[in-house]
Amino acid sequence: MTTYRRPRDVILVGHGMVGQRFLEALVEQPGATGLRITVLAEEPRPAYDRVQLTSWFSGTSAEELSLCPPGFLAEHGIELRLGDPVTEIDRAARTVTTRAGHTLGYDALVLATGSYPFVPPVPGHDADGCHVYRTIEDLEAIRADADGAEVGAVVGGGLLGLEAAGALRAMGLETHVVEFAPRLMALQVDEGGGALLRRKIEELGVAVHTGAGTQRVETAADGRVRAMTLSDGRELRADLVIFSAGVRPRDQLARACGLAVGERGGIVVDEGCRTDDPAVWAIGECALAVDGRVYGLVAPGYAMAETAARALAGEPGRFTGADTSTKLKLLGVDVASFGDAHGATEGALEVLYSDSRAGVYKKLVIGTDGALLGGVLVGDTEAYGLLRPLTIGGKPLQTAPEQLVLPAGFAPGAPVGLPDDAVVCSCHNVSKAAIRAALAEQGCGSVAEVKKCTKAGTGCGSCVKLLGTIVTEELAAAGVNVDTGLCEHFAHTRSELYEIVRVKGLTRFSDLLEQHGSGEGCDICKPTVASIIAGLGGGHILDGEQAALQDTNDHFLANLQRNGSYSVVPRIPGGEITPEGLITIGEIARDFGLYTKITGGQRIDLFGASVDQLPPIWQRLVAAGFESGHAYGKSLRTVKSCVGETWCRYGVQDSVGLAIELELRYRGLRSPHKLKSAVSGCARECAEAQSKDFGIIATSTGWNLHVGGNGGMTPRHADLLATDLDRETLIRTIDRFLMFYIRTADRLERTAAWLERLDGGLDHLRAVLLDDSLGICADLDALMAQHVGGYQDEWAATLADPDRLRRFASFVNAPGTPDPAVTFVPERGQIRPARPGEHGLTLTDLTPALIAGPRLEVRTA
Amino acid sequence: MTVDVQDVNDLKVEIHDGSRWQHVCAYDDLIPGRGVAVLLDGDQVAVFRDRAGTLYAVDNRDPFSGTYVLSRGIVGSRGDTPTVASPMYKQVFDLRDGRCLDEETAPDGGRAVLRVWPVRGSHRPRDTDQAGSHR
Repeated sequence: MTTYRRPRDVILVGHGMVGQRFLEALVEQPGATGLRITVLAEEPRPAYDRVQLTSWFSGTSAEELSLCPPGFLAEHGIELRLGDPVTEIDRAARTVTTRAGHTLGYDALVLATGSYPFVPPVPGHDADGCHVYRTIEDLEAIRADADGAEVGAVVGGGLLGLEAAGALRAMGLETHVVEFAPRLMALQVDEGGGALLRRKIEELGVAVHTGAGTQRVETAADGRVRAMTLSDGRELRADLVIFSAGVRPRDQLARACGLAVGERGGIVVDEGCRTDDPAVWAIGECALAVDGRVYGLVAPGYAMAETAARALAGEPGRFTGADTSTKLKLLGVDVASFGDAHGATEGALEVLYSDSRAGVYKKLVIGTDGALLGGVLVGDTEAYGLLRPLTIGGKPLQTAPEQLVLPAGFAPGAPVGLPDDAVVCSCHNVSKAAIRAALAEQGCGSVAEVKKCTKAGTGCGSCVKLLGTIVTEELAAAGVNVDTGLCEHFAHTRSELYEIVRVKGLTRFSDLLEQHGSGEGCDICKPTVASIIAGLGGGHILDGEQAALQDTNDHFLANLQRNGSYSVVPRIPGGEITPEGLITIGEIARDFGLYTKITGGQRIDLFGASVDQLPPIWQRLVAAGFESGHAYGKSLRTVKSCVGETWCRYGVQDSVGLAIELELRYRGLRSPHKLKSAVSGCARECAEAQSKDFGIIATSTGWNLHVGGNGGMTPRHADLLATDLDRETLIRTIDRFLMFYIRTADRLERTAAWLERLDGGLDHLRAVLLDDSLGICADLDALMAQHVGGYQDEWAATLADPDRLRRFASFVNAPGTPDPAVTFVPERGQIRPARPGEHGLTLTDLTPALIAGPRLEVRTA
Repeated sequence: MTVDVQDVNDLKVEIHDGSRWQHVCAYDDLIPGRGVAVLLDGDQVAVFRDRAGTLYAVDNRDPFSGTYVLSRGIVGSRGDTPTVASPMYKQVFDLRDGRCLDEETAPDGGRAVLRVWPVRGSHRPRDTDQAGSHR
C-alpha cells in the first residue's frame, strides 16, 4: 500500500448536486484545512436541485432551486469557474486544461461530470423543436418552443419522461409519451403496476404509446419538427419532441486520458471512489461502483461524494453499493418500488393485490425461506414505510404476506412482527432494536423522546408513522398504559365524544362530564366539547353553560393579541367588498383608533380594541351589513377567490360567485380546527386552492375538488378528490367532506393531518363521500342542512341580548373603563402595542376624538 | 369559601385588600366556571366562581405574558386542584395558592406565583363608599 500524501490543490470537475455535496463534505473534514479547492463547471450557474427541476415550470425560480448557499464558496475559499469545462486531463503532468485554454495543476482530481441524456440516433433527432430534459437551459428552451406548439411528444416513459409529459400537459399541450418497453417506468415497476400507472396517467389526459420505438423525426420545410414516425409505421403529429430515453455516464474525459471505464460506460472506481490513478477520484453518475452498477439516483451519489471527501482527507470510507428503493408521487400518482422489485431472485414467489376500481396495485416478492425480498406499490404506498425495512431485515416474515398488502379493514389487526435488526429509519440508520433500547433502557416514553434520543424519524420523516406504531406496541407490551384520551377528565378521543354527544343528544358539558368524565374539566376538554355541541346545533355559543366553556377568543367573539387587546375581523365573503363597505370599515377603524391590516384570507383585521369597545364597534359593523368573520373560532375562516371569468381573460368559471356561495353556506361551522378554502377560476390557480382544507379549481366543464391542503408550518399539497363536478354535486361532496371530518377528527387536527391518518386514505374518503360505503351520507347531509338552516350571526345575536352584552367589560366593578395596562405607541401612522419598558398610552388617550357610538343598553345587576 | 346557593340573589362578593373588605360585584355577576376582572385601588384582581359555588381571587396579571388576562382564562381542575389556565400561553395555576403548576419560574426570573386575595360572599348591605372607590 502506498503512503497517503495529503493533497494541496484539489480540482473538482463538475458542479452538479453530487459535486456540491462533495464540497460540503470535504470542508467539514478535519483534515481538509489548507486545501486549495477549484471547481471547473460547464453550466453557467452553480449547483442546483435537478431532482426538483420540473418545479421550475410551476414557478420555482432558478435561484430557489440553487443548492449552493450564498457565501458558501467564499467562506471556504473555494474558487468556482462557471461555463469553463475541462477538455483535457494530463495525468502524467497532473494538469487539466479548460475550454478557455487555462491549464491548472492538481494533487487530487475529482470527476463529478454526471451523465448526459441519451438521444437515439434516429434521423431528424437534432431538428429544431427537439429537446432534452436535464438543465434549466433545456427547460427554458422547451418553454419558449411550447408557446407556439399544440402537440408535444416525449420519447421515454421513465420517471423523467413522465415528469416532462406532466410539464407539457400543464402548459396546455396535447401530450404523448412514446416508450420502447412494453410498460411505463420499466426499471421500477412490473407489468401489473405499469398497467395501472398507465391508466392513471391516461386519466390525466396524456396519451401513452408503449412497445413503440421512434423511427424518425419528420421535419417541415423550415427544418422544424412536425411529426414522429413510430416503429409500427404510425405517424404522430408533434410540434415539440423531448428525448428522455435514459442517461449515459459522462466518462469521455476519463476515456481520453486512459482511465479504466466499464464495458457499458462509467469510470471504474474502488470502494473509496478512487480510479486506477491514485490521484483521481470519480463520484456520482459518471462512476461505475464496485458492485458493477452506475447509480442514477441522488442518494447513492451523495454517499459516494461523502466517501471521496473522507478518503481525500485521509479518513477511511467505503461505498460498496446502495439501496435503490424509491417512493415518489408522479403526476399525483403514488409509486414505490423497493428491494428485488422484479422477482429476479431464484425461486422467488409473488403475492399480488390488485384493485383496478380503486386504482391500487401491490406486489410483494417473497424468497423461498419466506423473507420479503422486495415489491412494487402503485396507487397506495402507505405500506412502504413498513415494507422497506422488512426487506432490509432479510428474516423470514412473521406475518402472512397477504396481510401486508390487503387494504386496512380487510387485514386482521394483528401487529406486524418487525425483526429487531430491521432498519426503521434509513436516513439515520436506526434499527428497531435501537428504538426498543431507547424505550427500555434509556427511559424514553414517547415518540418525541425516541426521536430526540435516536434521531429516528428526523430525516425525511417517512418512518414516523411506523415509529409511532412501534413505540405504542413496545410501551403496551411493557405494561405502560398508552392513553389516547382527550385529557385527564375524559378517557375518550374527540371523535368518540362527538358520537356520544350526537347519539345521546347532550347539550350541556356538565351532563357529559357527569356521565362520561371526571373532575371539573380544563382548557382542553371544555372548548373541545363546546365546539362539538355548537357543531351539532347547540345554539348560541355564549348561552347558558356554554359561555363558560369557550376559549377567550370565542368568549369575546374576537382575537386576543399579545398585549391583552383584541382584534376584529368582519366577514367579507369571497373577498368581494363594495367601496361603501371599505369606507365603513375605514371609518370605524379611524374613529376607534384601531390598527388595520389586510389578512391573507382577503379580509381586513382591525387591532387594538378593548373588550369594552367590541360591542360599539360591532354595533356599527352590523348596522352596515357586516357579519362576524369567525376569525376567533375553530371554524370556517374564509373562502378566498380569484376574480374569475367575469373579469379575467383566462378564467373559465365564476370563482367569486362560487366562493361567496360556499362561504355563506359554511360560515360559523364549528370544527376540530380552523377551516380554510379557496376557489380558482382556472388552472392557473391564482387563489392557491391546493393549499387549503378544501379547494376548488374551475375546469371548462365543471369544478375539481381538492382536499387536505395546508400552508403554515407543515405545508401539504391538497389531494384531488373528484373532477369536473357540477355545482350541486360539488356542494354536496363538500358538505359530506366537512361533516365527516368534523365527526372523526381529533382535537386541533387539520384536514391535512386527518387525511394522512385516515385508514385507507384518499380512496377510502372517496368511497365514503361519493359511494356512501359507510352508509352515513344521509346523516352527514342532514347535519349540514341543520347547520345551514340554523345559522345566525353571532354578533348580531349578541348585540340583541343585554345579558350577553354585560360580559364585555374590562372590569366588572367599572364597566366602560378599559384596562389601563393595555398601551400603545404610534408606528408608521398607526398604533402598535407598547413593548416592555416603553412608555405607551391607552387607546382612549391616543384617540381623543373617539366616537363611542350610540350607547348600548346593558342590563346591570 | 362555599356559598349557600339558595339565597344568592342579594349576595355581594367582597375582597379583602389588606386592611378591609371591599365590595366588588354581585355574586350573580359571576358565571360558574368563568372569571371577571376587578379594579381594586389600582390593583387588578381576577375573581372566579366554580361550579360548586366556591369563590377564588388571584392577581389578574399573567406572569408569563405580562398582560392582565387571567380573569379570561378557563377554570377547571387538575386532580383535586382547582385551576385556571392563562388564555395567553396556557400555563395552569392553582386557584387556592396561586402557584403555577406547569413552570416554577416566570420569564423575568421571578417565581411564577400569583398573589391570592381573600374573597367572600356577604349579605351585608352594600356600602357605596367602598364600591367603585377607584374611579
